[in-house]
Amino acid sequence: MSAPISRDEVAHVANLARLQLTDDELDHFTDQLGAVLEHARDVAALDTSDVPPTAHPYELTNVLRPDEVRPTLDRDEVMAQAPASEDGMFRVPPVLGEAP
Amino acid sequence: MTIDDTALDLAASVRAGDRSAREILDAHLAAIEAREPEIHAFNLVTSEVARDAADEIDRRVAAGEDPGPLAGVPIALKDNLCTRGVATTCSSKILDGWQPPYDATVVQRLAAAGAIAVGKTNLDEFAMGSSTENSAFGPTRNPHDTSKVPGGSSGGSAASVAAGFAPVSLGSDTGGSIRQPAALCGVVGVKPTYGLVSRYGLIAFASSLDQIGPFARTVADAALVLEVIGGHDPADTTSIPQALPPVREHLDDGVAGLRVGIVSELSGEGIAPDVARRVSEAAEALAAAGAEVGEASVPAAIYGLSAYYLIAPAEASSNLARYDGVRYGLRVDATNTPDMNLRTRTEGFGDEVKRRIMLGTYALSAGYYDAYYGKAQKVRTLIIRDFAAAYEQFDVLLSPTSPTTAFALGDKTADPLTMYLNDVCTIPSNLAGDPAMSVPFGTGDDGLPVGVQVLAPAFGEVDMFRVAAVLEAAAPIGEVAR
Repeated sequence: MSAPISRDEVAHVANLARLQLTDDELDHFTDQLGAVLEHARDVAALDTSDVPPTAHPYELTNVLRPDEVRPTLDRDEVMAQAPASEDGMFRVPPVLGEAP
Repeated sequence: MTIDDTALDLAASVRAGDRSAREILDAHLAAIEAREPEIHAFNLVTSEVARDAADEIDRRVAAGEDPGPLAGVPIALKDNLCTRGVATTCSSKILDGWQPPYDATVVQRLAAAGAIAVGKTNLDEFAMGSSTENSAFGPTRNPHDTSKVPGGSSGGSAASVAAGFAPVSLGSDTGGSIRQPAALCGVVGVKPTYGLVSRYGLIAFASSLDQIGPFARTVADAALVLEVIGGHDPADTTSIPQALPPVREHLDDGVAGLRVGIVSELSGEGIAPDVARRVSEAAEALAAAGAEVGEASVPAAIYGLSAYYLIAPAEASSNLARYDGVRYGLRVDATNTPDMNLRTRTEGFGDEVKRRIMLGTYALSAGYYDAYYGKAQKVRTLIIRDFAAAYEQFDVLLSPTSPTTAFALGDKTADPLTMYLNDVCTIPSNLAGDPAMSVPFGTGDDGLPVGVQVLAPAFGEVDMFRVAAVLEAAAPIGEVAR
């Protein structure tokens, strides 16, 4: 069987997950993720065609509450934790382009 | 000596005015000061806040009030539980400097019951690991032998109780993170039924598996803490609106007539002989106490590990997407936001967290979803079905908690898969949402603690604790030194 995950695929998922890897890291993560996925092949080989998937241990239903005004987290306390803020908003560098 | 007393005894003496919360706290802080440098159970010891809280308890007792069932009991909190205004790190650099603006529900309930939080305990980063070696702040060491790991991910919470830093602590268990360290440190550790304890304020790892639970040196103390933290919470939509199983009421009921099944799939291959021997002895002790002991089969349990290491990373990759340097914690500056996100996550997360995020991202990605994540979800169904079938014949199940006793630091860090195999016996309960607990039962050939796992169906905590209490009373004693 082929390797379960290629170096290019690891680079791709790292990019999707907003992680930057060095060449060395790419090599060793490819090996390590490959070993875990290799182990998972016992599951991939099982016949589960008639088995429904389980996403959660219990049947989840929407939980509703009365639409009443209640206290929320203190805004100043929340904003005090931000790396940068301005006028009660989170401040970030430019999303498109570069900072001047 | 105070640091050997149970939470039940400590609370009783505080409520009766025989001992002050302050003197109890100071005795535990002295124990921390003496041994914490070699153990490193804590990321933060909150001595000052704790002293103020203890003094307040003493004022209330003096005023004739009852501060609650945990009056003056020191408790250590895993550092993935939010504490308002007190740094909460998940042992990760990415939460550097963060002080949560709210308390987790369990933290509120402990305070309301009179407990005194003494500090935040070390863990594998974001609870991902089985040895507490994946902490950005360095490993915790096993109090029984400091060359050994305490297990993980709640290694700091387990070690703090084993070392006498606190009689009880809280951890979280996603694939065994309470039970496995409890076994390796020789203490009691409980993963309650999913939904029994509110997850509000528990920093999410894998939301369909995570559950908070207690560590204690006695089964009765674990039951006491569970009754304080458990019960419905409207702030957690997965919290189940139903009464807590009355575990304390039935602790002394014994096991006569109870049907106990030894899980054959979790008892043979891969289990160290000295550990397997203790499980057999535990089963004999239960039989001697009147239980009907037989062999149970949960065939799909052997696929639990593979399914878990697809499902948990998948959920983690989604949950950890929130750490982007925008709203709290670490930000590594860059000239634009996408680069800021990338640099923050790259510098903020450790290797194991990165591995799991990538594994989960891959398992969920187009073209692989059905083969990996979808398949794992179906295996989860098979495990639930197999447990249900086993519980038609048995009231509770028995297995080792961990395949071996505590291993040496550094032994398994090079190969993640070897580390993951530690969780083989504990993972199935998380996938099923069922309760399970580890009870110390003698030692292995190396003189280190062995834990026996008691498993029960959802909301089967009463029977589970009855079995645990009998095992505790029957356990070989006097072999494990602190």
